[in-house]
Amino acid sequence: MSGGESALQLVLSGDPGLFAIVRLSLLVSLTAVLFAALIGVPVGALLALTRFRGREAVVVILNALMGLPPVVVGLAVFLLLSRSGPLGEWGLLFTPQAMVIAQTVLVAPIIAALTRQTIEDLWVEYQAELTAMDVGPLHRVFTLIWDARFSLVTALLAGFGRAAAEVGAIIIVGGNIDGFTRTMTTAIALETSKGDLPLAVGLGIVLIIIVIIINALAWGIRRTGERYAG
Amino acid sequence: MFNRRMLIAAVAAAAVLSGGPVLAQYKSIVVSSTTSTQDSGLFGHILPLFKQKTGIDVKVIAQGTGQALDTGRRGDADVVFVHAKSAEEKFLAEGQGVKRYPVMYNDFVLIGPKSDPAGVKGMKDITKALQMIKDKQAPFISRGDRSGTHLAELALWNKNAGIDIEKDKGPWYKSIGQGMGAALNTASASNAYVLSDRGTWISFKNKGDLAIAVEGDKLLFNQYGVMLVNPEKHPNVKKDLGQQFIDWLVSPEGQKAIANYKINGEQLFYPNADDHSA
Amino acid sequence: MRPPALDLPIMFIDVRITAGAVTILDGVTLTISPGMPTVLIGPNGAGKTTLLRAAMGLVPPSSGLVTWGGRESSDPKHRAIMFQRPAMLRRSAGGNVRYALAAAGMPRSKRHERATALLSEVGLTGLDHRPARRLSGGEQQRLALARALARDPGILFLDEPTASLDPAATKAIEDIVRAVSARGVKVVMCTHDLGQAKRLAGNVVLMHRGRLIENTPAAQFFATPRTEEARKFVAGELLV
Repeated sequence: MSGGESALQLVLSGDPGLFAIVRLSLLVSLTAVLFAALIGVPVGALLALTRFRGREAVVVILNALMGLPPVVVGLAVFLLLSRSGPLGEWGLLFTPQAMVIAQTVLVAPIIAALTRQTIEDLWVEYQAELTAMDVGPLHRVFTLIWDARFSLVTALLAGFGRAAAEVGAIIIVGGNIDGFTRTMTTAIALETSKGDLPLAVGLGIVLIIIVIIINALAWGIRRTGERYAG
Repeated sequence: MFNRRMLIAAVAAAAVLSGGPVLAQYKSIVVSSTTSTQDSGLFGHILPLFKQKTGIDVKVIAQGTGQALDTGRRGDADVVFVHAKSAEEKFLAEGQGVKRYPVMYNDFVLIGPKSDPAGVKGMKDITKALQMIKDKQAPFISRGDRSGTHLAELALWNKNAGIDIEKDKGPWYKSIGQGMGAALNTASASNAYVLSDRGTWISFKNKGDLAIAVEGDKLLFNQYGVMLVNPEKHPNVKKDLGQQFIDWLVSPEGQKAIANYKINGEQLFYPNADDHSA
Repeated sequence: MRPPALDLPIMFIDVRITAGAVTILDGVTLTISPGMPTVLIGPNGAGKTTLLRAAMGLVPPSSGLVTWGGRESSDPKHRAIMFQRPAMLRRSAGGNVRYALAAAGMPRSKRHERATALLSEVGLTGLDHRPARRLSGGEQQRLALARALARDPGILFLDEPTASLDPAATKAIEDIVRAVSARGVKVVMCTHDLGQAKRLAGNVVLMHRGRLIENTPAAQFFATPRTEEARKFVAGELLV
């Protein structure tokens, strides 16, 4: 990574090192959100629609897990994946896969908690009608998830925002290896500590642009949702 | 509609998770090394040459020496490449490493503010300089991260200057627990003294008001060594590929690559694999 | 004209329904038979809505028995209910009707055509693609009616279907109800609009404080109410 160029120059010139870092960041965080959704949406929907003893406690804990500190998640996953840890056999430490795992752990509670809230609110609205139409339990879940899809996508984008912005988890389990597990946030941390501020600033600009795009997407989706579903 | 989307998602995820290059011939090793070697840019220079010759991808985890050796102890690295001889020899004595090879050396320099509050600029005696810093209670930044640099700094205080730094430190001595770059940044921001390896100092881009205060003392000599993590303790260690890396580092070719690494015409590391007493 | 529904007659046999300490239905014995619409009237809190829902099968009795065509539990396949404030699914108007058709078991290939016919029947032609939540109050009520009719029910339950509608919208709904009843579908509806009861009822069921006061053919009810409560109610007095 060359230093001394101005931040904007780096961004605009399409520097391949910069591009590789951005690409890895997006790949890791998007994959993590995907897995987190595959876990979180069903869990959230299930929690919204079932009643059991201790349900209130589970909801409170799930909401609290939204605030899991990334470094703590990183440490926990690190201990699991280290060669001397229980899952050491898989040899996943210091790889992008480990980063995906850590971010999935971080983001899944967010998606689950937001899904639960969304589905529960919608169920309050739909309950009488779906019961009157004699809709079976599995079909109810699909209907609620489909009808709430715009809100759920917004929840996914919130999860992605969290993943893309964090550095604590992925720097621990990824090792910030040059050309292999270095993402925008870990690179910013590194370049700042090396004193190569123009590059760090350049990366920061790209990261902020991505965050803005995500938020614009979320806004656009909410608008579309309102237009389609009223 | 749901089933189709979920299927595509699952396939994509599996593709990513199976991860890494799909080529059967992909060769790589994990080397745990120090932040000073990384921050100086040495790896960026020599690793591509090694890859070109052998096709082996070297993945470097940069930490403090203490952490780097611990990573080796956990079996999370194939090779360790650090600069604290006593810690390395302890590593060997534990049976964690196979053999230690000296690779290169550079030196430490005492960095300080141009305003020189302790009055040590230009001195050649690091021991006396540290004593003056303590006497004047001039601000001093310590890496505090069990790195080779940190261990060297502690040895200079305790062994050479006769100061029990743990007992005698005051608010002027700040231990930050981070790498060389972060320590230099902190020193720059708080006009403090800091012990740095020359390599990181030369390549550091945020020098601000700092300059070299003391250099050249024999005590500031800094030796780097490399070891293969013991495959008998950690069967997953890639011992053939790891040994190839070590052999290349100490070979004339590798040694030349190290010597050729310069910033602004200044050489950072001096190869000395042939000095078996190092 | 369709044959009388298999779920008729609906018989309430000494049905009590309580919620916690509150008694909503207090020993109701009633038979709902095929024929002209049965209209439930009475002051607020009388238990009309609960009775309707129990007849639909949504609320089990705390004691007593409800039977449909002599059976104690009955698949609601041939019954449909329209609520006072119907929830619009977050889809288009046509989507809402097609959803109801799917839930009722109609194969996908037939749904579109049938939905168009139903929308036409309730006077919502051309609004297939409009998001349901953006329909007017009266349109939403008619859409809910279309959803209920999508089940091709033998019995149609309506809970205060025109409570929040203006006269034009009210007439539209009443016209549909009359047409549906004329086709042989049994209509059971609640209303607190005495005029509506007069216009639509075949027989009137008066409820007060969870108890059945009268079950009388409409003409007779309004001309010569038998009970004191009925007389007061028809005269417009408050039943306390």
